[in-house]
Amino acid sequence: MTASVDVKKEGGFLAGLIKSGAHQKLLAFASLIMLLIGFSLGSPNFMQMSNMIAILQATSVIGVLAIGVTLIIITGGIDLSIGTMMTFCAVICGVFLTYWGLPLPIGVLAGIGAGAFCGFCSGTFVAKMKIPPFIATLGMMLILKGLSLVISGTRPIYFNDTPGFDKISRGSLIGDVIPGFPIPNGVLILFLVAIGTAYVLSKTVLGRYTYALGSNEEAVRLSGVNADRWKIAIYTFAGSICGVAGVLIASRLNSAQPALGLGYELEAIAAVVIGGTSLAGGRGTILGTLIGALIMSVLTNGLRVMSVAQEWQTVATGAIIILAVYADMSRKK
Amino acid sequence: MFSRRTILGTIAAATLLSGTTAAIAEGEYVALVSKGFQHQFWQAVQSGAEMAAEELGVKITFEGPDNETMVDKQIDMLAAALANKPAAIGFAALDSQAAIPLLRDADKAGIPIIAFDSGVDSDIPLATAATNNVAAAALAAEKMAEFIGGKGKVAVVAHDQTSRTGIERRDGFLDKIKADYPDIEVVTVQYGAGDQLKSTELTKAILTANPDLNGIFGTNEGSAIGVVNGVTEMAKEDIVIIGYDSGKAQKDAIRSGLMAGAITQNPVGIGYETVKAAVMAARGEAVDSDIDTGFYYYDADTIDDPKIAAVLYD
Repeated sequence: MTASVDVKKEGGFLAGLIKSGAHQKLLAFASLIMLLIGFSLGSPNFMQMSNMIAILQATSVIGVLAIGVTLIIITGGIDLSIGTMMTFCAVICGVFLTYWGLPLPIGVLAGIGAGAFCGFCSGTFVAKMKIPPFIATLGMMLILKGLSLVISGTRPIYFNDTPGFDKISRGSLIGDVIPGFPIPNGVLILFLVAIGTAYVLSKTVLGRYTYALGSNEEAVRLSGVNADRWKIAIYTFAGSICGVAGVLIASRLNSAQPALGLGYELEAIAAVVIGGTSLAGGRGTILGTLIGALIMSVLTNGLRVMSVAQEWQTVATGAIIILAVYADMSRKK
Repeated sequence: MFSRRTILGTIAAATLLSGTTAAIAEGEYVALVSKGFQHQFWQAVQSGAEMAAEELGVKITFEGPDNETMVDKQIDMLAAALANKPAAIGFAALDSQAAIPLLRDADKAGIPIIAFDSGVDSDIPLATAATNNVAAAALAAEKMAEFIGGKGKVAVVAHDQTSRTGIERRDGFLDKIKADYPDIEVVTVQYGAGDQLKSTELTKAILTANPDLNGIFGTNEGSAIGVVNGVTEMAKEDIVIIGYDSGKAQKDAIRSGLMAGAITQNPVGIGYETVKAAVMAARGEAVDSDIDTGFYYYDADTIDDPKIAAVLYD
């Protein structure tokens, strides 16, 4: 049974983070570093502490979203609603903190909880109601976009009355400990989410079923496992990760922008795909996604700092996605 | 898993890099971060900015997110612009609040900032280059009064009651009527969110409630087109319509005589004045804190005037 083979392959926690074929991952890092070197040679302004931090900061939200959708893509599904779900969670956070004036931790939990609930709904549509993931999450995307606008009255909700909220993303705990190294908390959270999710994927039953469902869902069902329940659990977990992204973006902008979010799902999915996760399911790693997200931001930032015309930046990003997937496919042949 | 793919990617990126290195290496450089880059309006702003750059012998970059909801993308662009250590920055904030930490960084680094198109709620920008919406709407009121002979009933279909442009255009029009035309009564101000369909329905309701109405002012492109549609659907003939901005539908309405005329902003002037102020600030010269970038009134006769045609878009 393929499922059990895949489960075995995941191995230990660190191996899950790095996964099999460490030399390939080293090459991935190497090419990311080559990109960095290329841009450094191109512009003296690229390789500066402040710009590196800007790149990491720009990766934080999309990176967290991409980690969430990686789980769903590994199950062989897709989630088009993550962009607007992130916004919805930000708006819920705003409702709790600004409208109702509740304490900060409750607002943050509400944002993450809202994501988990949305994920639960998507999961139920997909697993119980058998709606194809593309359609179910397309519907969720529109529902959540609409709800965000309705709840916020189409206006941004500001967090000015919640001192410290903007520190969730903009503050720097690392910078406080090590002066001169002001990595924003948003980036720290991205890495914590990555480590946590990689742990879940490699060490827990949930992770094992994530791969198993993507490899051979029928086999999982035939072996007597309640596949639907696990699928809903995975969507719920991924939703809560979107909730983290929602809190992060709200904190970074110090406001919940209800119209934002559409299009972010494609950027996140692009990062996942560049990271080597197969859209067919059953295969993928969090580290790959993280590198994919970083490659995208380095590329965007680098081209900007090089003053490449914006139209061409878009062309370059598209070309990289196609090259990345093509190279990955031809490697496997 | 990454080997060939990422190497290919790196090569592609490196190829892209090689051609463009020289672009920003020498001379003064001004970075403009706008609200968009692909709409006609923003392209007109960019062309004005490039004109000023050429005259003053500086380099500029012009960037903006894909659409006006992408507040965080705009912040990333501002961060990348800061990394390039420009002599000055021009910035059209999508959301002032979100940008303030970066504006502070720029301020600390001694990089002057000029706000354009709309103001930033902060004292960091040295100047704001934008349309004087109050004066522009007052001109619309003057034209309206001229058309209806200084007396009668008019209505306003505004795009919204919270944004700066919405408030300024509404009040500019209302205040002018109140101050100079005692015989004109503004019967109502309705808000259609700049949505054509919504504004159409509003207009029809206004016309039903006020059958003796003489004129309607639509405060932006969507509102103005909605007014035209509403008047057409109600088959009213003697309503004077004054619009704002341009766009194909509005230009057609003006050419066909459905609309009397419209106010247009001068996006080329916005770009031009922003770069000019940015360069002056970078060179340590004094800059006016409020730069009026100008506006025009146009109608069927002047729509093809080269000066007007240059600032209109489809």
